[in-house]
Amino acid sequence: MKIVCFAWLREKAGVSEDTVSPPDTVNDVRGLVEWLRAKDPGYADAFEDLSLVRIAVNQEYATLDARLAPGDEIAFFPPVTGG
Amino acid sequence: MIRVQREDFDVGAELDRLAAGRGSVGGLCAFVGLVRDMSEQRAISVIELEHYPSMTERALERIETQARARWPLDASVVIHRFGRLEPGDRIVLVGTASAHRHAAFEACEFIVDWLKTKAPFWKREHTDAGTRWVEARASDTAALAHWEQGEAAGHDPSNSTRGARKKAAE
Repeated sequence: MKIVCFAWLREKAGVSEDTVSPPDTVNDVRGLVEWLRAKDPGYADAFEDLSLVRIAVNQEYATLDARLAPGDEIAFFPPVTGG
Repeated sequence: MIRVQREDFDVGAELDRLAAGRGSVGGLCAFVGLVRDMSEQRAISVIELEHYPSMTERALERIETQARARWPLDASVVIHRFGRLEPGDRIVLVGTASAHRHAAFEACEFIVDWLKTKAPFWKREHTDAGTRWVEARASDTAALAHWEQGEAAGHDPSNSTRGARKKAAE
């Protein structure tokens, strides 16, 4: 699956795009976040306070409970500040 | 109509386009967002607007569709810029066209409130003290909640449009 990160989450994670293959036990966003945290100190830093992290799965807003499938695009970003 | 672009836009030309060929349009409402020159008492030299390209247009289309389902709009436009902008530059245009002013005013405000809290854009400010990512404001979330509460309670803000028209007819 593909991970994309924006704004300061991108800077902390150290990647704007990442392709990952987590184990089958990772089947929701929460599991993915925990797996990424354990795998990489950049992600651990980016996900330090999950209350500041917004999530989209396949370009639609989602929550930590959202189910994941291979090929999904999961985006992590801070609260938006456009307009 | 939705556009996400690096280039500037012409407010007058965009509003003319909303009304062109639509004789039923009795009023246009526009919100134009600009880059401020100060942030927390620091002079801004430039801002960078980052966005999530594949999600941005989809998110803006959704809010435009919601607004047009909720208010009797003849036409609408949302243009949001990204990239490097300087103080005074235009960032966003929301324009609405309707037979009567209340629908145009309310739908315009609704779209702006919504995009402030949902459209995937992020601002980074450059000042003489360095750069920083702009933090989201709680007041923006509260502004959106106002519309959602109106919907949940059955007090659709468009009711006020009907009420105003009824008064005008009396």
